[in-house]
Amino acid sequence: MRTLVDLYRGTMRIAVIEQFQYRVANYFYMIGMIAEPVIYLVVWSTVARAQGGSVGGYTPGAFAAYYIVWTLVRNMNIVLTPYAWERRIQRGQLSGELMRPVHPLHFDLAFFMGWKVVAIALWLPIAAILIAAFQPTFSTTPLGVAGFAVALWGGFLVRFFLMWALGMLTFWTTRVSAVFELYFTVELLFSGRLVPLSLMPEWAQQVAGVLPFKWAFGYPIETLIGQLTPEQILTGLAMQAFWILVGIVIVGGVWRAAVRRFSAVGN
Amino acid sequence: MSGFKLFVTFFRIGALNEMQYRVNFFVQLFQSLLALATGLFGLALVFEHTTHLGGWSRHELLAVMGVHILMGGLIRTTIQPNMERLMGDVQEGTLDFALTKPADAQLIVSVREVRIWQTVDMAMGLIVLLVAVLHIQSQIGVWQALAFVAALLMGGLMIYSFWLMLTTGAFWVIRMENIIELFQGVYQAGRWPVGIYPDWLRTGLTFLVPVAFAVTVPAEALTARLTPDVLLGAAALTALLLFVARRFWKFGLRRYSGASA
Repeated sequence: MRTLVDLYRGTMRIAVIEQFQYRVANYFYMIGMIAEPVIYLVVWSTVARAQGGSVGGYTPGAFAAYYIVWTLVRNMNIVLTPYAWERRIQRGQLSGELMRPVHPLHFDLAFFMGWKVVAIALWLPIAAILIAAFQPTFSTTPLGVAGFAVALWGGFLVRFFLMWALGMLTFWTTRVSAVFELYFTVELLFSGRLVPLSLMPEWAQQVAGVLPFKWAFGYPIETLIGQLTPEQILTGLAMQAFWILVGIVIVGGVWRAAVRRFSAVGN
Repeated sequence: MSGFKLFVTFFRIGALNEMQYRVNFFVQLFQSLLALATGLFGLALVFEHTTHLGGWSRHELLAVMGVHILMGGLIRTTIQPNMERLMGDVQEGTLDFALTKPADAQLIVSVREVRIWQTVDMAMGLIVLLVAVLHIQSQIGVWQALAFVAALLMGGLMIYSFWLMLTTGAFWVIRMENIIELFQGVYQAGRWPVGIYPDWLRTGLTFLVPVAFAVTVPAEALTARLTPDVLLGAAALTALLLFVARRFWKFGLRRYSGASA
């Protein structure tokens, strides 16, 4: 157990140093990402104003708050892309990783956790600019802040494990892009990334309720900006824990089957 | 050899090349359909809560979306792949092979690549546009149709000039890959008419990145919003951008000393 903690600390430290070195590239990437929420924000603020000030419980200021926190959550939601598995298997990198005495998942998890520390640090100035430009109104509670601090990382873990499991499809077929794209589309619609879920029709909200996506995206945002009651915040944390557990179980099962199928190519 | 013949030849080679990978057509079709479904869903969602957005009705916004998909397909069929290759060539020093060819260098680097499967998006954009126009039911005469085609062409030329200027920057700043991400992000803004954006953003989308002229103006031509002076302004700006892009390209080229062995 101690060695595992050391492994995490070491890998995270390397990731932090490495990503700070590429801070300009990181910034370009983050700025390119801002266009998407700004577009949504402008569209929905326009709708809210046309409807006499608010739509679905959101005023233009609340939309601004939603989509500004969105940018941080989006960054936290970036985990190992399932496409990375193609490379890993094609180039035989996986063979080397299998030789190690610990599960390769630990290296990925620690690396991305370290990167997230950098992402949060780099995000702060961007948030300041967005706040100045769009004047959000937060109705944040102390419980909301505390809940958000946990939910932000909880959301990261939810997505991390599900994506890791999805990527392992590559062990069975090489034509994976269609499946991945379909997954991403469903995720976009039912996570709260496109629009706060309370603006969706009733049926869509019900679908979103049984899917894991909103616990990784919309829920942390709503926690911070004050759209949730204390009970909803606590239930949400429990739901995150549930989906993390589901993710771990799927990863464990699929991994065992996948490694049995895998025959190495390359070095 | 005329520039047009050169373009046709490269187009044929590119098409033949991609014809070898026919499955990619279905992959592209699937992805385009997903993108279309997402776009339609977003549009439906907006109009669940309102009847007009910034003075545009549902079907008029569908027309904007059609133009956006059509133009996006055009960009990804020819403009973007050529500029990506140019960036790669500058990084690796292989641009010299293009420069030593006995034709205008700007022409060569602008027509070498073509991704024909991306034309799926152009076809899809046209279909969306057609559906939208049939629903709008405003009389579209010859003049509106001509203005639309002219606005679309000029928008394409402006985007091309913009891309060429950006890519020419690679002569100084070697690593430009993230610029592509940045452009694709900003281009998404064109899905909605630029009139809804705040002033500072609208100015940026009009003159900094000519998304407004590439998407909103052609859509205005189809929805009886376009005034002749906007069209004239677009023509003037197109000429100016083409001129500036060419000068900047030549300036960058003079500075470029080659990197290959």
